[in-house]
Amino acid sequence: MVGFRHNVQASIPALRRYARALTRNADVADDLVQDTLVRALRSEHLFHGGEVRSWLYTILTNLNRNRLRSLARRPIHTPIEDDDAIDLAGPEAGMRDVERALGTLVEDQRVALLLVVLEGLTYREVAEIQGVPIGTVMSRLARARAQIKSYLDGERPALRRVK
Amino acid sequence: MTDRDLQVTEDELHAYVDSELPDERRAAVETWLAAHPDDMTRVGAWRAQADAIRNRYGAVAREPLPARFDLDRLARNVWPWKSIAAAAAIAFLLGGSVGWFGRDVIGGSAAEERSPFQAFTAEAVDAYNLYVVEVRHPVEVPAADADHLVQWLSKRVGYPLRAPDLEKLGLKLVGGRLLPGPTGPAAFFMYEAPSGERFTIYCARSNAPDTALRYNDIGKATAVYWANNEVAYVVSGKGDRTRLSDVAVAAYEQTDGARGHSKDGGG
Repeated sequence: MVGFRHNVQASIPALRRYARALTRNADVADDLVQDTLVRALRSEHLFHGGEVRSWLYTILTNLNRNRLRSLARRPIHTPIEDDDAIDLAGPEAGMRDVERALGTLVEDQRVALLLVVLEGLTYREVAEIQGVPIGTVMSRLARARAQIKSYLDGERPALRRVK
Repeated sequence: MTDRDLQVTEDELHAYVDSELPDERRAAVETWLAAHPDDMTRVGAWRAQADAIRNRYGAVAREPLPARFDLDRLARNVWPWKSIAAAAAIAFLLGGSVGWFGRDVIGGSAAEERSPFQAFTAEAVDAYNLYVVEVRHPVEVPAADADHLVQWLSKRVGYPLRAPDLEKLGLKLVGGRLLPGPTGPAAFFMYEAPSGERFTIYCARSNAPDTALRYNDIGKATAVYWANNEVAYVVSGKGDRTRLSDVAVAAYEQTDGARGHSKDGGG
C-alpha cells in the first residue's frame, strides 16, 4: 500500500506533462490529473501489481477521451483560445507551432505520439494503454508524424483519417 | 546480404527513431538511410518533432506540484458515499465518466488554486445562503412565469436550460434568478417543500472537465457538484446527504435528458 502510494506520487510530474501536452490547456490538464489521482486512490484495492505509471496513463487517457466525447456532443464547439495572433520569431514561435500542430491530430494519434515521444513508453506499453495491437500504435504514430510534418511544412492540414 | 535484408519498411524507420528496432536491423536501416536521402530527411523531421515536443512540455514535469495534488488530502476526501446503491446508481447514470464520489473541502491551506469544482460550489453555496432565507423576495422571476424564466436564463447563460421537475420529492419550483458566476452568467433555481425546506440549483457554462457527482459539506449548507458538456451544476441544500443526493440525482437525470429534448425543438 505504501509502495503504491509512493509510485502514484512519483508519477504526478509525468502525468501533468502528458496531460498538458494532451489538452494544451493548463487548467484542464491539472483537473484531469486530479481526477486521475482521485480515481486511482479510490481503486487502490483493485490494483494488483503491474506498472502503476502505465495504469495512471490509461486512466487519464480514458478520462480525456470521455471529456472530448462530451464536448463533441455539444452543438456549438468552442475551440481553445488561440491568443497568438502575432507570430513570434525564434524558439518561442517553434513551441507554439508544435502546440498547434498537436492540436490538428486525431486524439488517438496524439495519445500514441505523446506517450512514445514525450513519455518515453515502449510501443508495447502504448498498445496496452490504448487497448489496441502494436501495429495500430505504429500506424497512429506514422499518421501523427506525417500530419505534423505537413502542418509544419505549411501545407494545408491533411484530411483527418479515422483509425 | 540479400535484397530482402536491405529492404526497409516505414515501420522500421519509426522503430529506428524510437529506439525500438532490434539490434540486428540497425545496420540495414542505416545503410538504407545513407542511400535514400528522402527517408533520411523524414527521419530527421521526426526527430526534430520529438525534440520540439519535449522542449515545449518537458519543463511541466519540473514545476513544483500544486497543493491540490497532495495525495494524503485527496485520499482523505474520496470516501465513498454512504449508500453503495446510490453510488452504483449514479455511476451508472454517468456512463463512462469518473463514477466515483470525490468528496472535497473548500477553504483550508490547499485552496490557493480553486478548481472549477471549488469555485462553482463556493459561489453556489453563497447564493444559497443569501437567498434561501428570503421570505418575500427569494427569486426574481416566480414559478408562475416558469416558461419565461427558463427562456430568459437559457439566453443569458448561453445554453438550453430546464428547471427540473422535483415534485416527486415534494419540491415545488419557487422561481429563479440570474447571478454572476465564476466564468459568466449563472442560472439559479429555487425549490421548496411544504415544510419550508429549500434546495437550489445553480448552473453555468464552464470549461470544467466532466465529473461525477461530488459531495461537499460547507458549514450550514451541503452541496453536490457535477459538470457535463461544458455546463457545471451545483445542487445546494441543508440536512442529510441522502435527501440531498436524491435531489441531485433527480436533477441530474433531467438536466442530462434536457439536451435531447431541446434538440427536438422542445424546451
